[in-house]
Amino acid sequence: MTRIRRLFGGAAPVAQRATSPEYLEKDETGPALLLGKNTHFRHLLNAVTVVLCTAMATGAQAQATGDLGLVVERASGSLLVVDQSERARLGRIDGLGDLSHASLVYSPDQRFAYVFGRDGGLTKVDILERRIVARVMQAGNSIGGAISDDGRYVAVSNYEPGGVRVFDAETLEMMADIPTGSKTIGLVDIPGTRFVFSLWDKGETWIADLSGETLQITRISGMGSNPYDALVTGDGRTYIAGLFGEDHLTALDLWQDDPTPRPILPGYARGREGLPVYKMPHLEGWALAGHEFALPAMGQHEVLWVDARSLEESGRTAVHGQPVFAMARPDGRHVWVNFAHPNNDTIQVIDTLTKQVIRTFKPGPGVLHMEFTARGHEVWLSVRDAGKIMVYDTQSFEKLREIAAENPSGIFFTARAHKTGL
Amino acid sequence: MNRAALILVLAATPALADPDAAALKRLVLQDCGSCHGLTLRGGLGPDIRARTLAHHDDKSLAAVILDGVPGTPMPPWRPLLSEEDARWIAEYLLNGDHE
Repeated sequence: MTRIRRLFGGAAPVAQRATSPEYLEKDETGPALLLGKNTHFRHLLNAVTVVLCTAMATGAQAQATGDLGLVVERASGSLLVVDQSERARLGRIDGLGDLSHASLVYSPDQRFAYVFGRDGGLTKVDILERRIVARVMQAGNSIGGAISDDGRYVAVSNYEPGGVRVFDAETLEMMADIPTGSKTIGLVDIPGTRFVFSLWDKGETWIADLSGETLQITRISGMGSNPYDALVTGDGRTYIAGLFGEDHLTALDLWQDDPTPRPILPGYARGREGLPVYKMPHLEGWALAGHEFALPAMGQHEVLWVDARSLEESGRTAVHGQPVFAMARPDGRHVWVNFAHPNNDTIQVIDTLTKQVIRTFKPGPGVLHMEFTARGHEVWLSVRDAGKIMVYDTQSFEKLREIAAENPSGIFFTARAHKTGL
Repeated sequence: MNRAALILVLAATPALADPDAAALKRLVLQDCGSCHGLTLRGGLGPDIRARTLAHHDDKSLAAVILDGVPGTPMPPWRPLLSEEDARWIAEYLLNGDHE
């Protein structure tokens, strides 16, 4: 970002005042210090600065973004801007198209979000000014996206046309088109300005390296039939794909020069009837709880545990329904689980040490998503059919607040900006 | 009782009464929509707008809803829906009322 852009609105107004701007002389550090100094030039500079700050503050509250977040209102194509510390909604951003199954990622400065809509829309929104700053219809049907470690590229995985497209994070200009001939899922970022994703129809995982002058693709076959989603650990090392068409999951060690697919939890449902799957589970890096992964079973009412080092099964927890999200609290001590239709009114909390369910409660109909505060003291739940976000204390399980929202689904706090794979 | 609770009740007790249109519309949008998209233009599952379902009649489409499509992620909804519910949804989709 150039200095000119910083001065005229490229950075948050609060940052302009909180930190010493590089483009002023040392003794001219901003409006507050200039007040009361009685030279003509400084009055002029002061006036100009105040006008600039006023202009920049229009519509953009003088507010840091570190504890803000966005909530997807899936039916109305809008986002709620929320404040995690105040447990409040601050405003709404409209006009984002079809947001069923929408997700988003954040710019490294936590001011902008890139929203991936089902209808192929990629929208860049400004959280402070609460407006859309850029939007492109980049495909016919999309499933998710990621941002590169350096914040330069935003990648979108598409069902139609199948593949991944990479965009300049500043302008949303397309920088690379990677057709795969398959519905493409499980897109994550890893260090080295790389993206990893999997091919539903071909059982392959590809690594796209954007660190150099030209795009480099590594193709890994033999991942298994119909990968439906995938996760990467926060260190960018372990990539795990869930499989719809196999009775196991598949892991890759991305630290190896030549990553080789390794089945994990082979035959976890062998000899048992597979239940109808009314909603595909979701996999993200929050599966790691302590030194084990907690993974949703496909077609079973179970959470499966895998030792993160050996990748051997380390336990099973019978739960209320088919898990959709099994999310470790950021400290890993508990795992919170929600469930597929028709059991999606319930949350269960599992103790990571004992692998026992320690809490079962029913926040309301259609609990679609959970998001922990960065250090895990509170969790926000979206309860779609109640039209509410509910905030809970994760130690006492007490409900702290309800916030009205229209058919809320995904909740995304800006702390994700600094986490690989999110 | 709100609509969502009604869906759950409907879902849990295969219909003794006439299909509840409001509850089933919501089911189509929200639960079918999780694979087929809120606009039903497709996602992991195919487009299920009326124009792409033209090769079905309400009976054959209701059968797909009730029994699923083996070898694909389309699950059988028979455990959750009555035959009347499935027929109602099939007609709703084929009429394209939601579009």
